Amino acid sequence: MATTERLQSGGVGDAVLRKEDRKFVTGEGRYVDDLKLPGMLHAAFVRSSFGHAKIKSIDASAALAMPGVHAVLTNATLPVETGVLSASNPGGDVRHPEQAILAKEFARYVGEPVAMVIADDRYLARDAADAVHVDYDPVPVVVDAEKALEPGAPLVHAEYDSNLAKTLEHVTDGFADVLAKAPNKISLRVVNQRLTPMPIETRGCIGDWSNSTGEVTLYTSTQVAHFVRTFVSIVCGTSEAKVRVVTPDVGGGFGAKLNTYREEFAICAASKVVGRPVKWIEDRTENAVATIHGRDQVQYYEAGVDDNGKILALKFDAVQNNGAYNQLLTPSISHLTLFMVPGCYDIQDVSITIRQAFTNTTPTDAYRGAGRPEATHGIERLMDAIADDLGIDAAEVRRRNFIKSDQFPYASATGLSYDSGDYQATLEVALELSGYAGFEERRAEAATRGKYRGIGLSTYVEVCGLAPSAVTAALGIGAPGWEHSTVRLHPTGKATVITGTSPHGQGHATSWSQITQTELGIPFDDVEVIHGDTAFQPYGLGTYGSRSLAVGGIALYRSLGKVREKARELAAHLLECSVDDLEWTGSSWQVKGSPDRAKTIQELAYAGWTSASLPEGIEPVLEATTFHDPPNFTFPFGTHVCEVEIDQATGRVEVVNYTAVDDCGNVVNPMIVDGQIHGGIIQGLGQALFEETVYSEDGHMLTPTLVEYLVPSAADVPPMTLHRTTTPSTSNPMGVKGIGEAGTIAASAAIVNAAVDALSVIGVRHLEMPMQPARIWNVMQEAKS
Amino acid sequence: MEQTITVTVNGTAHTAEVEQRMLLVHFLRETLNLTGTHIGCDTSTCGCCTVHLDGETVLSCSLLAVQADGRAVRTVESLEQNGELHPIQKAFHENHGLQCGFCTPGMMMSALGVIEQHPGASDDEIREALEGNLCRCTGYQNIVASVRSAADEMARS
Repeated sequence: MATTERLQSGGVGDAVLRKEDRKFVTGEGRYVDDLKLPGMLHAAFVRSSFGHAKIKSIDASAALAMPGVHAVLTNATLPVETGVLSASNPGGDVRHPEQAILAKEFARYVGEPVAMVIADDRYLARDAADAVHVDYDPVPVVVDAEKALEPGAPLVHAEYDSNLAKTLEHVTDGFADVLAKAPNKISLRVVNQRLTPMPIETRGCIGDWSNSTGEVTLYTSTQVAHFVRTFVSIVCGTSEAKVRVVTPDVGGGFGAKLNTYREEFAICAASKVVGRPVKWIEDRTENAVATIHGRDQVQYYEAGVDDNGKILALKFDAVQNNGAYNQLLTPSISHLTLFMVPGCYDIQDVSITIRQAFTNTTPTDAYRGAGRPEATHGIERLMDAIADDLGIDAAEVRRRNFIKSDQFPYASATGLSYDSGDYQATLEVALELSGYAGFEERRAEAATRGKYRGIGLSTYVEVCGLAPSAVTAALGIGAPGWEHSTVRLHPTGKATVITGTSPHGQGHATSWSQITQTELGIPFDDVEVIHGDTAFQPYGLGTYGSRSLAVGGIALYRSLGKVREKARELAAHLLECSVDDLEWTGSSWQVKGSPDRAKTIQELAYAGWTSASLPEGIEPVLEATTFHDPPNFTFPFGTHVCEVEIDQATGRVEVVNYTAVDDCGNVVNPMIVDGQIHGGIIQGLGQALFEETVYSEDGHMLTPTLVEYLVPSAADVPPMTLHRTTTPSTSNPMGVKGIGEAGTIAASAAIVNAAVDALSVIGVRHLEMPMQPARIWNVMQEAKS
Repeated sequence: MEQTITVTVNGTAHTAEVEQRMLLVHFLRETLNLTGTHIGCDTSTCGCCTVHLDGETVLSCSLLAVQADGRAVRTVESLEQNGELHPIQKAFHENHGLQCGFCTPGMMMSALGVIEQHPGASDDEIREALEGNLCRCTGYQNIVASVRSAADEMARS
């Protein structure tokens, strides 16, 4: 199937162009920093320059003496009721240390906010923040999670006897016996390095507190407006009904904005203090320390394998670096890793232990993929290690371990029920498209040019569509997983769709309009989609975890169905027939076989509004609301094949071919799906080749800007070849799965496996990320000596 | 220290008193309310603030407003004319060259510089030329296709 058609009919399945685009290409997008409120002041934060220090005193006198400075607030003076709250308690008894909105007594990582300055403009606010003198008494620091769990390590939180935040465990019955009896034991240590999400728009917010009414409006760059509202009401001690959170255009999220942050609470409280709106815009250097990081997990695999390469038992021990505090979902991220440890393979005997550690670093939380890339990268490295050890082809070892297409729904060893899949089908298509069989010729040719060439596979499955609420509760997440939609038909026959999802680049206005056209016959251009404003919506859970279509899209699908059925009753009444006499044409209800006796959806919208003659028991207006709680997750899957060339002189790794075959079930807009895959793959490539958030041993951030933290540019990345297979989900009536994270989940393993394969000719058997030239050059020198 | 400057922006002369340390990007955004030009970093790395100064592609975060005194600035707001999208805008829309849209104005202004100075640039040359503009959403594939498409369209007209 070609994936680049540009059909314009506007319904489900068409690559219709986005209705969002025009404001963005004309510069009329409205991001939070583009908003100005009357009388607005500006905030800047004073942040800890130490990884761990006692705050002895704060002297704000010089800052307060500057004309135009309105206030300097500290933990002692900021009017809040509590600290940052986490919604995550997997397994119960997770340690949740207090995270004060402004640091209290101790600062525990570089960048932790200690004070905030409110001033007339942002230049002055920054000057004044620099003039606040904080007297610190540095204390011992630990940044490495494994070291943090060693006896005698410096304690990040003195109230606990260790830095252990939580141990997650899952062991199947009889595991030890199965492992012991396996004829081959294959072990591997894999480091999934710390990353920074780096949306190109940093975070920022404007708080506007009315002291006369007690109402507060917060404009914030977020993926989860309603979560923010609930938490602002708790932290700031006001009624949730008095808090309005508005999400303007959001310049990328990737999990960084799936959170509720200290600055959002502080800005509301500060506005209350000064009685004027207050804006804070994070700068990039601040973003590197103040916004959550991702990953930072060290994994130890031990597989018991038979002589054919089939895994009989899998032991997985890992240490997850939580950072200094738990953010919204921190303890749940490695819990997602736990669920996906077996990946797309039929492994029923597992032993999984994940120890989460506090360290003197920025908290980690969801970054695109959120726990699943860790699982996929590790098991995909392990599959190659097994292939390598036993002398089996990398594709063949996967075939022998795959869950088979007739095993669905598949009960995984970690308690999930995979909805549908055909893993071998995507593998075979990917092998064909990538020319896997003819690779050795390309390896030999590259060698004549001074390049090591290698090919690597990544076969993945991910868990998406977060989530059935009963499951999120069982997982210790203090929030549900349903999603909301409202469909409202106007007297003119146009439609407003209100969604609880919160797009920030994913094109929901376009896709939701396509679904509305297909299900209700309202033309694409006659549909307006509203999102991200708590004043307009019932509660919405937001956009993350590749959930928007599989949960929010289905909520919309169901509301459209309700409107269609209400319209049917109205049509039967107006046409003086039974509802059973009517058939749906796609845009009207007509008497079966009588096209001249029909009512279009627009006519019915008008009739429903005028209410001149309604059937008994039917309320006016065609409008419906749904809160859809999915019965199960969805499980997209696929195979990515990567070829790299490594310069024998410099160690530079270049991706020269990249083929992705993904299966996300049925597709609403193939153009948007392709775009999600492209972007996802390049974020995975960034992790594989360039990106790493680095701390010095004494807790200093060594990668605070885009000069040190290398986000891929256009010149660093290859063109990609995409293809899809279609295995509809059985978890929802549209058969859709989710695609936001698939590329990132798949890519890093394909690229690293290709690089290991390239260097296998000199005896290299494993590589860690990021594969920057210096690391690879050193590995090559070692291998040769 | 304040200083009076006159800068022609998108064909209109603006005179204003500005702090000498004010960055050009803040002059555009805060003084003139031209918020299409964005800020994504502190280190001249991301390219979000790209504008044209006397026909040259520049980073407006790396110039002071006073350095633009007496000169002509062109921003993303100049591209659409009489309700008609510029070929570069049309190309980004038609090739799905944007997702969140935050890097897009800077990306298009850089791309226009490339097309105007190197009309026959190859895809590889386009990739090299856009190295100073970061996008976290698209993986660049559709951005390169957009620029290619706009270059072809502009060469025809």
